[in-house]
Amino acid sequence: MRYQFDWSVLWSGQTGQWLLQGISTTLEISVLAWLLAGVLGTLSGALRTAGPRPFSALSAFYVEFFRNVPLLVWMFFWYFGIPLLLPRLAQDWLFAHGAEFWAGMFALGVYHGARFSEVIRSGIQSIPKTQLEAALSTGLTVTQAYRFVIIPIALRLLIPPITNESLNLLKNSSVALTIGVAELTFQTRQIETYTAKAFEALTAGTLIYLVLCLGLSAFMAVLEKRCAIPGLIARVTPAEH
Amino acid sequence: MQNAIDHIVCGAAICKFYTDETLFTVIEFQHVNKWYGSLHVLRDIQLKIERGEVVVVCGPSGSGKSTLIRCINRLEPIQSGEILVDGRQLSDPRLDLRALRTEIGFVFQQFNLYPHMTALHNITLAPMKVKGLARAEAEKFALALLERVGMQDKAGAYPANLSGGQQQRVAIARALAMQPKIMLFDEPTSALDPEMINEVLEVMTNLAKEGMTMAVVTHEMGFARQVAHRVIFMDEGQLIEQESPETFFKAPKSPRTKLFLSKILSH
Ligand SMILES: Nc1ncnc2c1ncn2[C@@H]1O[C@H](COP(=O)(O)OP(=O)(O)O)[C@@H](O)[C@H]1O
Ligand SMILES: [Mg+2]
Repeated sequence: MRYQFDWSVLWSGQTGQWLLQGISTTLEISVLAWLLAGVLGTLSGALRTAGPRPFSALSAFYVEFFRNVPLLVWMFFWYFGIPLLLPRLAQDWLFAHGAEFWAGMFALGVYHGARFSEVIRSGIQSIPKTQLEAALSTGLTVTQAYRFVIIPIALRLLIPPITNESLNLLKNSSVALTIGVAELTFQTRQIETYTAKAFEALTAGTLIYLVLCLGLSAFMAVLEKRCAIPGLIARVTPAEH
Repeated sequence: MQNAIDHIVCGAAICKFYTDETLFTVIEFQHVNKWYGSLHVLRDIQLKIERGEVVVVCGPSGSGKSTLIRCINRLEPIQSGEILVDGRQLSDPRLDLRALRTEIGFVFQQFNLYPHMTALHNITLAPMKVKGLARAEAEKFALALLERVGMQDKAGAYPANLSGGQQQRVAIARALAMQPKIMLFDEPTSALDPEMINEVLEVMTNLAKEGMTMAVVTHEMGFARQVAHRVIFMDEGQLIEQESPETFFKAPKSPRTKLFLSKILSH
């Protein structure tokens, strides 16, 4: 018996609906995790280069911890482990209100924050120390000098490696399937189970990830052009992992 | 009776404070020593710079000139001795370092402008963030400063689109934006092509004429001759000689100064 193609499962009725929901959940979890990773990464990357001793040590610990723990294990930890520490009522409330989404989002954001941190640190360290001194000599505090001078320069230099890490984050959001987040991969698997149209469902999944990632790359390329510092072409290689 | 003596002693102390040269000495090094690891970079430096004075610091590369002036706004810490700026001890734990730094403008060899900001915004950043000036006010002042350094036409230009001489003039305007009482220059023309050196020296000469207190590390001996009140020669972390320019160039005392001058003036 030959396999019968039926591409209509991708847009018709219930299954089409699932696919759309999957895309939307993937985008939601990725965007939120990206914001969390961005804040954590920038803060800890900056603190590692200039923070008071306990903070820079804490940031170093953060990075080393996540470099050495698989994302999957960490995600299980947030979903199955962390809620146990909460009072019974809070647990019930969480599981009734999409705990898997929030656990997945936090796990993804914290994990990639550590990777962002390394990128930011290498970027900051590529900026000559005298740039910071120039800012300090005008009376700015270290925090102000970082906020208005060092980090804005670093982020612009770092758009290519940040793009790289952002793509990783987007793709890694599929790991959230393992704790039951109904994101894109989860939904393609569900369509496959429901209709037995594995080829169509997985083709759709593959192509959608491809389009999302290419879209993100294109967006970042435009951003890089728009924010380019005139005359500055220094590039920082992404942190090794 | 005891009370009366207290009054007299106290009065004398106040009197001393006001009549003493502290009023005129803006920068004072008292037996300053500094090490980088085991390298003794500043050796028992004693130096006074008066208000309105222009002091040129010269000496061979690695002799500690940069370190000397970087200590004045505490970009570098010292290990022993004391530095006083306007009577304030830099070692004082209660020192308001930010306030101190706003009173001291610093100009670097490599300009160090903020590459992502226009010339104008390079100048307005500190007045807005440190003094809390409104943007309009800060920009008005910045434009006046740009005019002072002959750069009013380039307010909207980014550093990378300016020549070295132009960047350095903007950097001087940026340092002036906090209305400092003292200006420090660390080889401000060493990174410049020869044809741009004069435009920067001219700005510095004008500043000196306006009465700014300046410490300038430079090998521009023409500037030292014409503008400096005093020339200091450093070698291996020691302050070897400090003289008026006339004496310094005509009759240097130390053989080390003579050797240095013969090298630098021969070409
Ligand atoms: N951050 C530093 N760490 C270690 N050694 C330094 C540092 N900065 C300068 N030095 C050394 O201190 C000495 C004096 O340096 P510097 O003050 O820059 O000399 P100059 O400005 O006269 O050329 C040199 O031998 C230099 O190598
Ligand atoms: Mg130097």
